[in-house]
Amino acid sequence: MKKKKALILKTAGTNNDSETAIAFTLAGASSEIAHINEFISGRKNLLDYDILVIPGGFSYGDYISAGKIFANKLRYKLNAQFDKFLSERRIVLGICNGFQVLVKMGLLPFDEDKQAATLMHNDSEKFECRWVHLKTIKNDASLKLKMKNFLFKNLPDVIQLPVAHGEGKFFADNDVVNKIKNSGQILFKYCTPDGNETAKYPLNPNGSVENIAALTNPSGNIIGIMPHPERFVIGEHHPLWTRKRTEPWGLVFIRNIVDPT
Amino acid sequence: MKTKQIDIMSADKNKLHEISAKNMLSLTTGELCEIQKYFKKKGRNPTDVELETIAQTWSEHCKHKTLTAEIKHKAPHLLSVSKGDNLKIKQDNRSNEQKVRGKIKNYNNLLKDTIFKATKKINKKWCLSVFKDNAGVIEFDKKYAVAFKVETHNHPSAIEPYGGAETGVGGVVRDILGVGLGAKPIMNTDVFCFGDLDISYKKLHENVLHPKRIYKRVVEGVRDYGNRMGIPTANGAIIFDEGYLFNPLVFCGTVGIIPKNKVNKKIHAGDLIVSIGGRTGRDGIHGATFSSASLDKDVPAGVVQIGNPIEEKRFADVLVKARDKELYNAITDCGAGGYSSAIGELALFSGGAEVHLDKVPLKYDGLLPWEIWLSESQERMVIAVKKNKIAELKSLFESEDVQVSVLGNFTDSGDLKVYYKNTLVCEMDLDFLHDGLPKSKRTAVWSEKKPMPSKEKKETDLNKKLIKLLSSPNIASKESVIRQYDFEVQGQTVIKPLVGVANDGPSDAVVLKPLPDSYRGIVVSNGINLYGKHNTYDMAASAIDEALRNIIAVGGVLDRTALLDNFCWGELTGEKQFGELVRACEACYALSVKFGTPFISGKDSLNNKYQKKNGEIVSIPPTLLISALSIIEDIRKCVTMDFKKPNNPIYLLGITKDEYPPKVDPVLSKKVMLFLQTAIQKGFVAASHDCSDGGLGVALSEMCFSGGFGAVIDLKNVAAKNILTEDSLIFSESNGRFVVEVKKEFENDFVTLAKNVCANKIGSVSGSSRGSERLIIKGLSGAHIIDCSLYELKYAWQKTLS
Repeated sequence: MKKKKALILKTAGTNNDSETAIAFTLAGASSEIAHINEFISGRKNLLDYDILVIPGGFSYGDYISAGKIFANKLRYKLNAQFDKFLSERRIVLGICNGFQVLVKMGLLPFDEDKQAATLMHNDSEKFECRWVHLKTIKNDASLKLKMKNFLFKNLPDVIQLPVAHGEGKFFADNDVVNKIKNSGQILFKYCTPDGNETAKYPLNPNGSVENIAALTNPSGNIIGIMPHPERFVIGEHHPLWTRKRTEPWGLVFIRNIVDPT
Repeated sequence: MKTKQIDIMSADKNKLHEISAKNMLSLTTGELCEIQKYFKKKGRNPTDVELETIAQTWSEHCKHKTLTAEIKHKAPHLLSVSKGDNLKIKQDNRSNEQKVRGKIKNYNNLLKDTIFKATKKINKKWCLSVFKDNAGVIEFDKKYAVAFKVETHNHPSAIEPYGGAETGVGGVVRDILGVGLGAKPIMNTDVFCFGDLDISYKKLHENVLHPKRIYKRVVEGVRDYGNRMGIPTANGAIIFDEGYLFNPLVFCGTVGIIPKNKVNKKIHAGDLIVSIGGRTGRDGIHGATFSSASLDKDVPAGVVQIGNPIEEKRFADVLVKARDKELYNAITDCGAGGYSSAIGELALFSGGAEVHLDKVPLKYDGLLPWEIWLSESQERMVIAVKKNKIAELKSLFESEDVQVSVLGNFTDSGDLKVYYKNTLVCEMDLDFLHDGLPKSKRTAVWSEKKPMPSKEKKETDLNKKLIKLLSSPNIASKESVIRQYDFEVQGQTVIKPLVGVANDGPSDAVVLKPLPDSYRGIVVSNGINLYGKHNTYDMAASAIDEALRNIIAVGGVLDRTALLDNFCWGELTGEKQFGELVRACEACYALSVKFGTPFISGKDSLNNKYQKKNGEIVSIPPTLLISALSIIEDIRKCVTMDFKKPNNPIYLLGITKDEYPPKVDPVLSKKVMLFLQTAIQKGFVAASHDCSDGGLGVALSEMCFSGGFGAVIDLKNVAAKNILTEDSLIFSESNGRFVVEVKKEFENDFVTLAKNVCANKIGSVSGSSRGSERLIIKGLSGAHIIDCSLYELKYAWQKTLS
């Protein structure tokens, strides 16, 4: 079978590109790191890839709103390629800063041209690097978000991944949040080790509304996640591996993105 | 004409001194006379560009004049350490007079005759590049090498803590980018020394920032630069002491990985001098010479630069690509002294250079030629490029928006020629510039200070004492700092700085797994203490022992461990002050050789002193940071310090003594380390932790609350020497000790292996019924002299700096 091609798109200040590429390779894709200038100049084309990943980091320093400049570059400089990529329902994954980019572009939560939500400064007002528990929010059959349930293949109800961000608090108006909930777009929520969703710090490390840690667009092909699946792709990434072995859930999740069947 | 001639030909000594002071050159009169002689021979006065170039090149910062000085050391008791403590004590009791009449030892070059000498003597073939490049380089595996460097950024951090710390990180990261043909930075380590956090604002002197402010801003600077560049800050330490009130210390270290065939630079005449990265402005002029001056109320903040981590990240990414395409053949960073140092040093490879300052891209107009030449604007590197590669190099860098400028070319003319708009503004022999510095000669005297009796009221309730120690700032949890650092970016951190069941215990060291297809790992740790106030030999020896213990505790390997030294000293005018420095170097030599762990790089920061308004000079306590790095074959064999399982036996390795400051017995210590190393390799060990600040009591507490299990300990079984009280058994900070939790099923094997090693069973991990976990220590009479719940212990440890 031909390997899926994953593009890890970087720009100045992207800094999770190499581990993300390693993770996608481990998950069975062929991954390539490329700079956005390659696409703006026309030397490369987004449509040559099956999966577009916008990795974590501090694009352009995040000195103005996190992810905003990268979002504008994608929106205004790669518009045609990007729209075609999306209209073919190819997969877009934004991790951490990449999630911020997708939200600032307006692609998440609703795949519209305007920004409907944001990721704001953590309630703790600090950058935080820590492992969190995440509850998988499965959809029942009434919701037609098929793609989403594939993402949970081989995942238990509660998994662990690390977060490392200063601006990860998902925030939107009530109607927006309700709409996201009702259409089953939420992927992961911060929770206790037993799987009870919680707003308590530091279990919910940033104060996200509805404890949202990851979500998709209504069609399920655009995914934004604040925690870092690419940082849990071997057992020894887990902070407690010297006590107890745990499946690398980040790798399982990325495998499901590479092979959503 | 923007360049001035400076009249030194006709100047007398006073005038020369005045010239140095006025231009902030920090040159001594002896050095100025040497410069005068050189220009008299040339028959002309130097230009400001020339004089500034010499001042930067000859600065303490660049040339380490003090540590390389020729020294006559009047040392009363140059004991070899192995002779044991008794002899030492006897000697200490002799009168001071007798001591001065003791031995005299001469050093031609202190650094070469101690630290370098140890490395030579140990002669490890895995040392690939030591003491000659921007960082030390050792072998990692067949294909890769690891580079390690630690720098200080003390003066800048005292006046502008955020910018000072940020550029400290940026600078050492560039050292790694500039070692060999450029290594990829994979980890940062940052160690700080600050004044007491609770000092009253009223007591602060003019222009001295409050330690709380320095602490907060330094952490933010390190955080923002490391996180933005995507380099995990995964190891460190913070010490608080009144001695650092006027001069905080900020140590910034970076580890990098580089293919073994990219470790050496080469430059031929005709290669282009190419600058990459940021533009040049007036920021950071005179950093190199400023770092040799005392701080006082009038220090100009303009010497501190502003960092831009995204700029540095931008070129760091492309550099590695350009390196692998072999588009350049030498590289170095622009640090202190800016282009003058970077190009001046690279010129030595080909034997000359010709530079055109008007080709330097500027942030704004109006810079004088010498300012362009000396500016320490951040985020710039200089590379040597073959003419036929420049087009490809330019297009590669420009494809990721990195500016590339050709500034001139390397020559073999033997001199350094600098032009500004076709006017020659500097013409000097490289020989003179690099070797003309007159050797400094110093006399040193060593006399041991009597340990000061502790001012603190003796706490008789040992429970209270333990709680107090755990909550003291130097022992208390640094979690609030550590979590602000992205210690997992790059996905290589497999033993994290915080460990244990709740991810909040203090790891002895960090372990990285840098290659996706190999389990080989890198262990990094540090050792630092305050014993320098009492005895610099013991300070240095203890720092080395501690750094190595930390390496061994997680599963490091002694004979694949390298060391870095960072000396931070205060005033060094007196013979006694110099004697303290010499003794620390002697300890480094002795311990390095005994342990078989070579030094691969180092740095010194002297003159960490402050001049009060009344003229009084306040110096920091002599401080030595030892950083250690070990290469291990399989990270899966590593252990963490948290107790793992009820009923597992607990052993104490090493001997506990009643001593302050603690001495090191390297023979005994090494034996213990090698034993533990093997026991961990064989899988006998469930947890291990080094005993340092706060002794056995603190080590046990940390292992208990990190693991979520209590322990029952019997002090009767602690192997002790000269110990009279239970208090010292619990809190002595003797070196060479570890607390080890042994897997019950391997206890017999562990004991058999421990033959000839001081390993004593002192208790066991207790049950895990919720809420009843306690640390219980039975005293010599059998009474429970420590009986604390894990909650109390952990709360005390966590509350202080949270």
